[in-house]
Amino acid sequence: MLNYVIRRLAVAIPTLLILIITCFILMKIAPGGPFTSERPLPPQVLANIEAKYGLDKPQWLQLVDYVKNIVLHFDFGPSFKFKDRDVNDIIAQGLPISLTYGFLSFVVAAVCGIALGVTAAIRHNTWIDYFAVSLGIAAQALPNFIMGPILILTFTLYLGWLPGGGWNGGQWPYLIMPVIALSTSFIGSISRLTRSSMLEVMNSNFIRTAKAKGLSTSTILWRHAMKPTMLPVISYLGPVFVYVLTGSVFVDLYFSTGGLGQSYVGSALNRDYSVLLGVTILYGSLTVIVNLLTDLAYAWFDPKIRF
Amino acid sequence: MKTPNLFVAGLLATTMMTAPALAANHPVTGEALADDQTFTYRVLDEHSSVDPQVVEDVTGSEIVRDLFEGLFNQDADGNLVPGVALSYEVNDAKDVFTFKLRDDAKWSNGDPVTAGDFVYGWQRLIDPELASPYSWFGELMSIENAAAILAGEKPVTDLGAVAIDDHTLEVKLTSSLPYFPLMTTHASTFPAPKSVIEAHGDDWTKPENIVSNGAYVLTEHLPNERSVRERNAMYWDNDNTIIEKVVALVINDENVALTRYLAGELDRTEVPAGQFPKLKTEHPDEAVSFPRLCSYYYTINLTDTTPEALKDQRVRQALSLAVDRDIIVDKVLAGGQTAAYTFTPEATAGFNIPAIDVASMTQAERDAKAKELMAEAGYTDGLDLELIYNTSESHKKVAVAISQMWKTKLGVNVELANQEWKVFLETRGNQDYQVARAGWCGDYNEASTFLDLMQTGSGYNDAKYSNAKVDELLGQAKTAADPQPLYTMVEEIIADEMPIIPIYHYAGVFMLDTDLGNWPVNNVEQNWYSKDLYKKAE
Repeated sequence: MLNYVIRRLAVAIPTLLILIITCFILMKIAPGGPFTSERPLPPQVLANIEAKYGLDKPQWLQLVDYVKNIVLHFDFGPSFKFKDRDVNDIIAQGLPISLTYGFLSFVVAAVCGIALGVTAAIRHNTWIDYFAVSLGIAAQALPNFIMGPILILTFTLYLGWLPGGGWNGGQWPYLIMPVIALSTSFIGSISRLTRSSMLEVMNSNFIRTAKAKGLSTSTILWRHAMKPTMLPVISYLGPVFVYVLTGSVFVDLYFSTGGLGQSYVGSALNRDYSVLLGVTILYGSLTVIVNLLTDLAYAWFDPKIRF
Repeated sequence: MKTPNLFVAGLLATTMMTAPALAANHPVTGEALADDQTFTYRVLDEHSSVDPQVVEDVTGSEIVRDLFEGLFNQDADGNLVPGVALSYEVNDAKDVFTFKLRDDAKWSNGDPVTAGDFVYGWQRLIDPELASPYSWFGELMSIENAAAILAGEKPVTDLGAVAIDDHTLEVKLTSSLPYFPLMTTHASTFPAPKSVIEAHGDDWTKPENIVSNGAYVLTEHLPNERSVRERNAMYWDNDNTIIEKVVALVINDENVALTRYLAGELDRTEVPAGQFPKLKTEHPDEAVSFPRLCSYYYTINLTDTTPEALKDQRVRQALSLAVDRDIIVDKVLAGGQTAAYTFTPEATAGFNIPAIDVASMTQAERDAKAKELMAEAGYTDGLDLELIYNTSESHKKVAVAISQMWKTKLGVNVELANQEWKVFLETRGNQDYQVARAGWCGDYNEASTFLDLMQTGSGYNDAKYSNAKVDELLGQAKTAADPQPLYTMVEEIIADEMPIIPIYHYAGVFMLDTDLGNWPVNNVEQNWYSKDLYKKAE
């Protein structure tokens, strides 16, 4: 087990290095640079700025310096756009915000989705099932960019109950709409996945044996059916977790949370190389770690899997 | 039992007597002022910096104008009014300016604002070590030795700005520049607190460190969410400041901003493209539109790589004539923009629109003339062109409308291509285009801020237009006592040679809360100062 974890982490290093190099090359191929603007800078001014940020050095040297600074000093470099902040500052400020509402959205999506799916499966072909399935499909048809405007119009403009955006240190009125917007469509997909998985498990031989032994329904459900039901759900929840934590660009932009997604999109448009790279590395590392955790979770849910 | 009742009654009476006295009135207009003097407005994007010498975006400059004060400010009409400087003197050659500074100006830490703080700020601006993206402004101001310092050939201390004493600033210019004081309202010319910058380095602009000399101090900054500035008790004119607190909220989506405005969260926001007529009907007092010092135009590639047709002046004239500007401003944009037949907007100070033939013709006459010119040039069978613009709904609408006009009137087939902003700038800057969308806003309120773009060597001359006469006239305008006739001649040459097709002049289109007093709608540069605003009692 420990060997497996170490092996996986060792593979992560070259993976991240490939990610950095690919991202660096793509970034440099994209036309325009951080200092391209509507008013082109005079050559002398541009030269001074490039010298200040080391952009006058050969490309390969820039890449080597960049990686060296990360490894030796954990320094992801300055922002070319925001002069009084560096990449570490930007991540330190934006990540906690994205993590907070991202994590909450994940919990809401997982709890509601699984509950809805299990209920539907147990009450298969009853009105509860139909209701849960329709609710799931409706939720899945509402991606966050549809939910955002609906929520803001309803709760901010018509009802006046919630502030239309901002973060304010993460007070709950500011959290509600981002969390609903982000979790809705996942509630839909998680519930449908849970329902079909549970139906399949409930029809399998070992459940029939359990029933034949005369076990109570709750014991069958919780002790025997739940774990195998969760296997496909877990493999889906892993990527959802990374996606929800990091992929909330729309929510950040729409609700002005100040989260990392805003900086990510902004850095791509501004060609703010170091911010773009820094956030990409962060997202990459999170993906690697969460994938590892998902794989470890498999072993717990399915005794047949051993590392 | 009677005593407490009496006491309560007395207390009530006192409260009732004092309550009206608490609500203050505006000293000039006499309007009742709101108890809560907080001004909240929307900004599109996070500002790049609040360091006066480093800031390069409009959002940041708006904040910097509140936090810092330069030699001069602008009033609600855009006229120069004293800031830290009380007055100035200029020599006959108009190349040495001496500014007299007020002695009661203070930094927010209580230190006096001296001429040395301006010298330090201006040296910082062009210091290659700071590498400010706005350092070219120091060169544009023609301050002695600025260019050499920028190139690293001379030390910053050689800059031609000297503190004669604490309250006298002398500036030597390399050439005569009659409108030099106009440039001192620009954020990059504001003073800088040396001791604070040396103590904190790049972190000096953070709320916990910053020291400023304007009407407000920065008290909170949550990147991508909000920044808050509050009144500076040390400001020399603090007694006449009414707004207590200014909150800038970052809202990227203009429709969300409008919703939040309508929900009462904002005092000011931009009107999304195309929504002005509807909002004007629903909220006639709040939807406002006023002229801006900006022009929207199409630039034509005049280098060797351009198609033969575009090298023909008659074709360029025909393309311009066929554009029905009234349809663009009234039907497509519908936000109070005005049709443009000259590059310089009519709103520019001292600028009189020259009598250009095209402007006085009817559209039918223009269309007939356009067809005639195309036939003369030998393009009766039509023509294929490519038009590029940066990705945006409103640029697209304009491009589609104009390409239709060209197609139906002149038989010109236009291929439209939109490009992401930086890609677009690169393509246009490398003259890798045929016709491209462009926009320009004046840096200061004088026609040269537009017409200088038509100079052969200008870095912003994307058409690569070159006319010796234009260069000569613009050169003369720099020192002329009255440059206006020269500007008129330049506009006439442009209208004839058409290196660019002016389309419309921008309008500022806002939703402004009726409680907000004194918004400077007549300031075409939209240089506004929170200290001049106030909130009326509802």
